[in-house]
Amino acid sequence: MLRVRDRSAAEDLVQETFLAALKSRGAFSGGSSEATWLVGILKHKIADHYRHQAREAPPEDLDLREHPDPSPFDGSGHWTSGPTDWGGNPADLYREKKFLDQFTKCLSGLSPHHANAFTLREIEGADTGEICKVLNVSETNLWVILHRARMQLRRCLEINWFHRNTGKGS
Amino acid sequence: MLSCKDVTRLISESMDRSAPLGKRIGVRLHLLICKFCARYERQLLLIRETVRHLVATEERPGEPYGEPLTEKARERIRRSLQQQ
Repeated sequence: MLRVRDRSAAEDLVQETFLAALKSRGAFSGGSSEATWLVGILKHKIADHYRHQAREAPPEDLDLREHPDPSPFDGSGHWTSGPTDWGGNPADLYREKKFLDQFTKCLSGLSPHHANAFTLREIEGADTGEICKVLNVSETNLWVILHRARMQLRRCLEINWFHRNTGKGS
Repeated sequence: MLSCKDVTRLISESMDRSAPLGKRIGVRLHLLICKFCARYERQLLLIRETVRHLVATEERPGEPYGEPLTEKARERIRRSLQQQ
């Protein structure tokens, strides 16, 4: 779920994985555990899912200059409203159950292209060369996409998580 | 002189590849004097760290962290496997 952000897509991937495993069960060597083998197949299926989405994505999504993105900078490149202090002890964030929900919401709020690039890089841990191949973009394009994705995600978390939580008085 | 806009772009880029030394020094100098950009970098790194923890927690065996399949989905998958 964290990886594909869509319940029915996640279920389909699990189903396809079991079907593929059933078809190629003769190839299972027994050298690794069954769970490891299945996860391996699932990872291939997830990569296919991204490739497919990249082909389906409307081309205007790729036009980064036209993407409506309220810039936090003025004409000379200075912050108009800089990042706010997140306070507290945010290093333990991942322990808070509700944070995962908010994070998933923010990630889903990005355009599919931005969200997929971010997911491949930060959740799958792929390097940029691999991601360029999967998403079919140039490396320069990918840096811009990742930069935008991180900036929007940071902003979304600031508004919906940190402001709300400090507002409750901590 | 790098602007904050340039520096945020370079901060993100440095999370994906190592930039040339000259650029790295430019960014470091800027971060020494710019509170906002320094904070921006800390927060991006915190997000990365947090995502890694979330993934690690999710993948720990025997501890389902993500959402389990719904009963409906299980049934559908069971049926499709039986058809094979």
